[in-house]
Amino acid sequence: MISRGFRRKRSDAGGSTPVPPGQYVTDDFPVLSAGPTPRTETAAWSFALEDLEGNEFFHCSWRELLALPPAEITVDIHCVTKWSKLGTRWKGVSFDALLAAAGRPAPGPYVMAYCDGGYTTNLAVADLEGGQGMIATEYDGKPLAPEHGGPARLLVPHLYFWKSAKWVRGLRFMAADAPGFWEGLGYHRRGDPWKEQRYDGD
Amino acid sequence: MTIDGDLRVDGNAAAGFLDQLFSFEITAAVVTCDGCAHEAPIGALLVYDLAMGAVFRCPDCDHLMISATRLRGVWRLDLRGVRQLRLGPGPDVDAARL
Amino acid sequence: MTAIEAAVLATLRPTVTTPPRLAWREAEILDVVDETPTARSLVLAVADWPGHLPGQHVDVRLTAEDGYQAQRSYSIASPPERRELTLTIERIDDGEVSPYLAGEARRGDRFELRGPIGGYFTWTVEAGGPLQLIAGGSGLVPLMAMLRHRALAGRQVAARALVSSRSADAILYRAELDALATGDTRLSIVQTLTREAPPNWSGERRRIDAGMLRAHTFPPAERPRIFVCGPTPFVEAVASALVGLGHAPDRVWTERFGPTGRTP
Repeated sequence: MISRGFRRKRSDAGGSTPVPPGQYVTDDFPVLSAGPTPRTETAAWSFALEDLEGNEFFHCSWRELLALPPAEITVDIHCVTKWSKLGTRWKGVSFDALLAAAGRPAPGPYVMAYCDGGYTTNLAVADLEGGQGMIATEYDGKPLAPEHGGPARLLVPHLYFWKSAKWVRGLRFMAADAPGFWEGLGYHRRGDPWKEQRYDGD
Repeated sequence: MTIDGDLRVDGNAAAGFLDQLFSFEITAAVVTCDGCAHEAPIGALLVYDLAMGAVFRCPDCDHLMISATRLRGVWRLDLRGVRQLRLGPGPDVDAARL
Repeated sequence: MTAIEAAVLATLRPTVTTPPRLAWREAEILDVVDETPTARSLVLAVADWPGHLPGQHVDVRLTAEDGYQAQRSYSIASPPERRELTLTIERIDDGEVSPYLAGEARRGDRFELRGPIGGYFTWTVEAGGPLQLIAGGSGLVPLMAMLRHRALAGRQVAARALVSSRSADAILYRAELDALATGDTRLSIVQTLTREAPPNWSGERRRIDAGMLRAHTFPPAERPRIFVCGPTPFVEAVASALVGLGHAPDRVWTERFGPTGRTP
């Protein structure tokens, strides 16, 4: 049944920029989270890389993270709930720089990201390396706010944004892919918006 | 939408989402938290992220009690954070008009 | 499968043979009432409406000509005694649905509606009192259904309402609230304004706090049934203050609308 006179709220942006199938452009930056916002002080913050046995092979404090070579990108981001936001600016440390700082190659082909608050998501190393993934500490030129995942979040913008895990504290490498939080509830294991991989089986 | 904690709603907001799944008034059902044993009706649980699914947390200890999605008509419920779900007599919405 | 999962699955209504409990029904706007400069009530005729309890809400679904759909929840403002369903919608400026429902929509327009939804945040006179209602902004809508039901069911239950609004012209149902309280010795309504008050204002002037609750609400000794509804920070502050005053947590029913009220 059509409701006379109703139309979707239009955003002015994105008239000519292509977005993945099924997405619409927004100027907002919706905040979605599966729990209360964690508030970790940078003084207490740390980040770790774990091998297949769960042993840490890399650990850094906030200050040590900021001393690693920075990366800045401007990208479009796409949420599985259908909004896309164009031209978002981020600064952080790339996955490649973390591995270089760790002094060893990836121990396995997959990772599970672990976050304050308990959220997890899985990723292929192939989707993180080569500049595709970073630990982001700044958004739009300012320190990342807690509501948006600060102090640091994972940023993997070529995949649906639920993979860009907020409040990330570590990556555990895995020999085989395994579902994280939303993946275990029916969302796609990989989540490529250009292939519209929203749900399991897509 | 940047005020911490403001984003949460409660089980009332998830009532429509769950109502199609259960044949009883789900928000009046009482659940026991597996983390702290607190009992609360589902309507009183703290609910997060109604966009990707629904995450229900204990109002006392924030323990994740229920996570649920409904994707392409398929519901998936993870109830591991619920120790017990108790149903009792409740309001009958099919009662004759007052 | 765990015992919990088995017990839950046992109650699932098989979708193959039984229709879903909630079905989308057609609603037609019979009347539009401007409640405040930013809020409107829609009086609706709903096909095969099964009846509802005060406190419940509905899902509204709008479909645009290109097939785009948007869905929002709205509390039912009308009591079950009335055949027409009334929804009150606060227009949120950069919202998507509320500017349509509280702006563009007019008599004769139709949309889809599903409900009634919710069994936790409900009250009827059978549940008894004393009844304490505490509303923040549009949180008054479901509580108004309770008050209207009480008025039609004999006004026997002692009731008090504490209503918080930003300004005097933002108060929903102001005239009706005054009329309900007039001559009803078992009902008292207190208003508070949080941003600005007119010069002749005789109500309270600040956010609800423990002092205001102590002054105007039933004390714990009377074991009131308390219903708190509004934006999440409001509900959580009030509920916390109520428990701090000594009310048992299971005598406080809450409905959080989210940051600014229902999704725009």
